[in-house]
Amino acid sequence: MSNSLRSPLGRARGLGSAKDGVHHFWVQRMSALALIPLSLWFVFSLARLATGDTDFYAVRHWLASPSVAVTMVLFLAATLYHSALGIQVVIADYVQSEGVKLASLVLSKFVHAAVAAASIFAVLKVALA
Amino acid sequence: MSNKPRVIARPLSPFMLGQYYRFQWTSLLSFIHRMTGIGLSVGTLLVAAGLIALAGGPQWYGVFAKHVGAWYGQVLLFAWTWALMYHLGNGIRHLFWDVGMGFDLKTAERSGYAVVVASLVLTGAAWAVACFL
Repeated sequence: MSNSLRSPLGRARGLGSAKDGVHHFWVQRMSALALIPLSLWFVFSLARLATGDTDFYAVRHWLASPSVAVTMVLFLAATLYHSALGIQVVIADYVQSEGVKLASLVLSKFVHAAVAAASIFAVLKVALA
Repeated sequence: MSNKPRVIARPLSPFMLGQYYRFQWTSLLSFIHRMTGIGLSVGTLLVAAGLIALAGGPQWYGVFAKHVGAWYGQVLLFAWTWALMYHLGNGIRHLFWDVGMGFDLKTAERSGYAVVVASLVLTGAAWAVACFL
């Protein structure tokens, strides 16, 4: 190996069964790290919201505040990305038939993308109304 | 040589939970991590539904609020709060393992207990804020 002209990095790139090296592992951890403060914010701000008025206009007013809307968009993006990566692993681990596996992987990615787009659009619609 | 593939009796490892192995907290906690992860993915649909209802108008929001406020909605909400707190705590435990810390059996067992306790405390704290403050 020491005779090779390729650098260690060049040899390591593109390895793994899906040829993407440690990308999946890394982005799963990065989204996890982002979700530590974001999920705590989500749970405790919803809990605090529940102590006051929870009618339509009060909740809309809360979500329309720029800091809440931006944090909610970050929470949704990180959650759905992290969820897509996690469900991908679960499907790869437990679905035996190759056809069903491929179909569920594609379906899961599409559903995650659709839910992310719809929920983030909903936040923006409220915030920019 | 025959074209028939030779069947090699490879040793198979049985599933980690059940009658085959001595009960271990660590494998049960790992199993719960995956189960809560799947549950939280489903719960995210509810979060999205709530936001879409809020953007949709008072009637839509009313339907959403009615179901969340009903007994089954509250039970699910409580379960999801705990699942999120457990997955969060155990996820932090995993992040420490990923940088090579706390991977010996004794520490892994202790951090496991700590995660279970922390998830219950945080769930209690969130619901105490929501109900009593």
